[in-house]
Amino acid sequence: MAPIIRSSPALAFLVLQISFIFFASTLPLSSGSEDGYTITGRVKIPPSNVIGHTAKSSNVKVILNGGQSVTFLRPDGYFTFHKVPAGTHLIEVSAMGYFFSPVRVDVSARHHGKVHATLTETRRSLTELVLEPLREEQYYEIREPFSMLSMVKSPMGLMVGFMVVVVFLMPKLMENIDPEEMKQAQEEMRRQGVPSLSSLLPSAGASR
Amino acid sequence: MAMEIRVSLLLLIFLSSAVISFSLYEDQVGLMDWHQRYIGKVKHAVFHTQKTGRKRVIVSTEENVVASLDLRHGEIFWRHVLGTNDAIDGVDIALGKYVITLSSQGSVLRAWNLPDGQMVWETSLHTAQSSKSLLSVPINLKFDKDYPVLVFSGGYLHAVSAIDGEVLWKKDFTAEGFEVQRVLQPPESSIIYVLGFLHSSEAVVYQIDSKTGEVVAQKSMVFPGGFSGEISSVSSDKVVVLDSTRSILVTIGFLDGVISFQKTRISDLVEESGNAEILSPLLSDMLAVKVNRRTIFVRIGGEGKLEVVDSLSDETAMSDSLPVADNQVAFASVHHEGSKIHLIVKLVDDLDTVLLRESIQMDQHRGRVHKVFINNYIKTDRSNGFRALIVMEDHSLLLLQQGAIVWSREEGLASVIDVTTAELPVAKDGVSVAKVEHTLVDWLKGHMLKLKGSLLLASPEDVAAIQEMRMKSSGRSKLTRDHNGFRKLFIALTRAGKLFALHTGDGRIVWSMLLKSPSKSEACQRPSGISLYQWQVPHHHAMDENPSVLVVGRCGSDSSAPGVLSLVDVYTGKEISSSGIGHSVVQVMPLPFTDSTEQRLHLIADTEGHVHLYPKTSEALSIFQREFQNVYWYTVEGDGGIIRGHAMKSSCAGETADEYCFTTRELWTVVFPSESEKIISTLTRKPNEVVHTQAKVSTDQDVLYKYVSRNLLFVATVSPKGAGEISSVTPEESTLVVYLIDTITGRILHRLSHQGCQGPVHAVFSENWVVYHYFNLRAHKYEVTVVEIYDQSRAENKNVWKLVLGKHNLTAPISSYSRPEMFTKSQSYFFAQSVKTIAVTSTAKGITSKQLLIGTIGDQILALDKRFVDPRRTLNPSQAEKEEGIIPLTDSLPIIPQSYITHSLKVEGLRGIVTAPAKLESTTHVFAYGVDLFYTRLAPSKTYDSLTDDFSYALLLITIVALVAAIYITWVLSEKKELSEKWR
Repeated sequence: MAPIIRSSPALAFLVLQISFIFFASTLPLSSGSEDGYTITGRVKIPPSNVIGHTAKSSNVKVILNGGQSVTFLRPDGYFTFHKVPAGTHLIEVSAMGYFFSPVRVDVSARHHGKVHATLTETRRSLTELVLEPLREEQYYEIREPFSMLSMVKSPMGLMVGFMVVVVFLMPKLMENIDPEEMKQAQEEMRRQGVPSLSSLLPSAGASR
Repeated sequence: MAMEIRVSLLLLIFLSSAVISFSLYEDQVGLMDWHQRYIGKVKHAVFHTQKTGRKRVIVSTEENVVASLDLRHGEIFWRHVLGTNDAIDGVDIALGKYVITLSSQGSVLRAWNLPDGQMVWETSLHTAQSSKSLLSVPINLKFDKDYPVLVFSGGYLHAVSAIDGEVLWKKDFTAEGFEVQRVLQPPESSIIYVLGFLHSSEAVVYQIDSKTGEVVAQKSMVFPGGFSGEISSVSSDKVVVLDSTRSILVTIGFLDGVISFQKTRISDLVEESGNAEILSPLLSDMLAVKVNRRTIFVRIGGEGKLEVVDSLSDETAMSDSLPVADNQVAFASVHHEGSKIHLIVKLVDDLDTVLLRESIQMDQHRGRVHKVFINNYIKTDRSNGFRALIVMEDHSLLLLQQGAIVWSREEGLASVIDVTTAELPVAKDGVSVAKVEHTLVDWLKGHMLKLKGSLLLASPEDVAAIQEMRMKSSGRSKLTRDHNGFRKLFIALTRAGKLFALHTGDGRIVWSMLLKSPSKSEACQRPSGISLYQWQVPHHHAMDENPSVLVVGRCGSDSSAPGVLSLVDVYTGKEISSSGIGHSVVQVMPLPFTDSTEQRLHLIADTEGHVHLYPKTSEALSIFQREFQNVYWYTVEGDGGIIRGHAMKSSCAGETADEYCFTTRELWTVVFPSESEKIISTLTRKPNEVVHTQAKVSTDQDVLYKYVSRNLLFVATVSPKGAGEISSVTPEESTLVVYLIDTITGRILHRLSHQGCQGPVHAVFSENWVVYHYFNLRAHKYEVTVVEIYDQSRAENKNVWKLVLGKHNLTAPISSYSRPEMFTKSQSYFFAQSVKTIAVTSTAKGITSKQLLIGTIGDQILALDKRFVDPRRTLNPSQAEKEEGIIPLTDSLPIIPQSYITHSLKVEGLRGIVTAPAKLESTTHVFAYGVDLFYTRLAPSKTYDSLTDDFSYALLLITIVALVAAIYITWVLSEKKELSEKWR
């Protein structure tokens, strides 16, 4: 998980860079008017490669200052907030399946509503207000495909494994022990009064 | 001892290491959770019924939702929930393909694509003053291939292109005192008439060229009596208005720009007199006036002569008029008669011609009809058929067609204001639980299928079969109590004053009940609900009694209005009793005492500083008098910045004869300086929360005692400047201060100040900790802070010898008056999202670790383990700390997508999250409400005390069989071997 998180901003940055080439010249960021300024931006969602995600831009919301005003995306991905006073604002994007960093937006009164935007999560400043998801979000665990290893690892697999070891390997182990040593060990154990392994396995002991 | 601790710790780590996130497989969706989508009470409806394509109705609601509904089944094609202060003023369809909405007091105009709901354009309109907002989409107005939409709002008239939202022209009407009442556009004319009043006494008509927006002509005329403001336009050149005394109807004609008045006394029309009211439906050449609880229809003749044509009883809802074939206009009216409603469609010109008369049996718990919208269609025999969309008093939406209810939507559930839980009845002997299980063969087959599924060997058909089997498995929607406490009822009170019981299994409505007014007076026709309490929960005694809930309501919106109490049986949904209590309701306090029938005692404080005890029985009174000295409560005055503590004083027998009424005395006050601090949030622990362990053992054998008190109040204040929306102030201007206040003594136990921070504060208080979310202006990010409170006075009890010799103070009585010795630990983290609400999971015994449930701005719910907000987190935890499960400190809290409990769903318009414990310790119910409803069952530490649904019994069986076979084979083999050895 962690390496994915770490690498994705860099990736997003790359995509952003490419997008700048196309959109940098066309973006009107803000315009002044009598009652506040206008913030215009664009949400760009890359085509999803995760199955099951239908990233419809009609279900994307753009939220100013934690719910003070909510707007939606136009078919081309643009959004606009009207009548925004000069100052510092926070823009969040809510889109199912994607995580967007909140954006700090400074609207300057001195420069007629010039907008300066910074991603608060990565502290990277944007020259144009084009918002890209930091990462895709997968809400479900992915089922591991069937493998012998997971079978063996499961409690029941362990049980079976242990039984196999006891049934087939233990007699083999017993066989390898020198009969003299075995007897000595048995004597010692009997003297200590500890129930010996051989007494638990009478067939193995008796056969010798 | 130490060994034991270590073992248990290891076990805990083993358990917890697996529990980082909630995690759900995609095929598990819908097994434990359900999601219901609503839109809210409908304000406007526009039908879109073309001959081809889907028939739909576009609605806008009081929850700021614009939606497109399927007219055949009532399902939602698409919907959009606008912002909370973006109320919709009007909705219409333009060009046959765009839905136009006007919102935010007429300052935002949006167009949505009709088939899929994609926003096409958005235009901000300039507004200067608050006034009526009118949206009109003229059908036949066209110039230069453009179809303008006319919007009047905020003193301006705008013509906006329907194609791209461009403002074609705007006209300023903000001249002093001029209030626009109507914008009329006569058909086949390019002239728009704008009618308004100047100082409520002068009628002014502007004629405007619809192409350029220029004023062609302007006429005004003074009316000596003055107008009352209500206006009804009856035709393209006449409006009717009431004068300021509300007894004279004035017809204003402005044919060709010439204004003429014509007065008619209402007393001349009908015998009854009194204050009249013009009703809103738009009828052509006719208007509806409400006089003395009757509705009269007045026709306007050619020369402005008025005549009464019909009169109806008061409880009638009417639709706007609708053009039907042959230049005729019809309208619908709906009225009640017993348990039936009657829908009548008449022609406006000829009220004797009834086009349609239908009677429909209607559920009593839907109340009166509030709104009617009609639509016509051509039947196969070329006659007119009508369908009517009606909005009921409980906010439900129904479609009537051919004398039957085609579909209904319980839209009341979009405005839930309070939720509580209730148990289901115990299964009777007659009802066998085993009936659900089939024969052993079926059972085995099912499990084989499941096994195949879990091994990913199943074919798609098998997967479908498994899914179906799971959905109806183990009687999850049965109406009886189950062993694990998974089946429960959530009782929800809605703004309309309706109570719904929702089953946790599948979310269906078990029963619903509309609150009734105890008195039949005019002032209180329908009480509005305030809150819900558990009144009677039989456990040990009174087992044969049904549990019940207490609904507190009031008559009217004012806080000093008299209250209404209603007791509702949870099993049946019947109202046991309902009474007006004759005093106001400011605060309801459930007391920790119950009487012999397990009815909980409640205190209700009124505006006069008295408290009233309920239930009003002598037994309750004697219980209360025993505990009289130990009852305290506090009040928060947000405006004044004062928190007051109160105690009981005496019975208020001196003033009234009511022996259940008590006077109180003020014990303490905490006054916050109004120039620097404003209370924005207060919070206490849930009174019914269970705390399992009082102490926390850390790895270095240290014991920390939790300061667990029911009387702690968390208060957050912010500088008055910073009380508004986030980002509205500079960091220097705003400081957030939080307090922990003991509500018995008024002692401030802890104070923490955050420089350069502001609200809104969303907090959760559980056990000995508070977690709160606020905005940090310096970093321009949200922050979450945790404060944990520990008891210092019991800290010396660490010595084992003291415990052995009994020299500890653990059994010493704890008094709320004694000065608590406590210390706090706190830590702050960044959080990457705005938050709407925070809750915490609750389990039956409080053993299971806790999760925070964070309702984010995207209307999702994130489950965050409490271990992430632990003040003992450090950058480099030692080995021992790691073993304890302490996570290395990071500057922000992680948002793991798999731990969204709402997975790929949204709880649109999320307002609250309620948690309730199941009987099984590991499990907790979570219910979230907003415009949508969502329920799921959570196991914060996984289901350690039960097998999951996925548990493969078949695999277990196979293993056992295999083992038995192996034992038998090896036995046979060893016998053979032994025999051969003996022969040797």
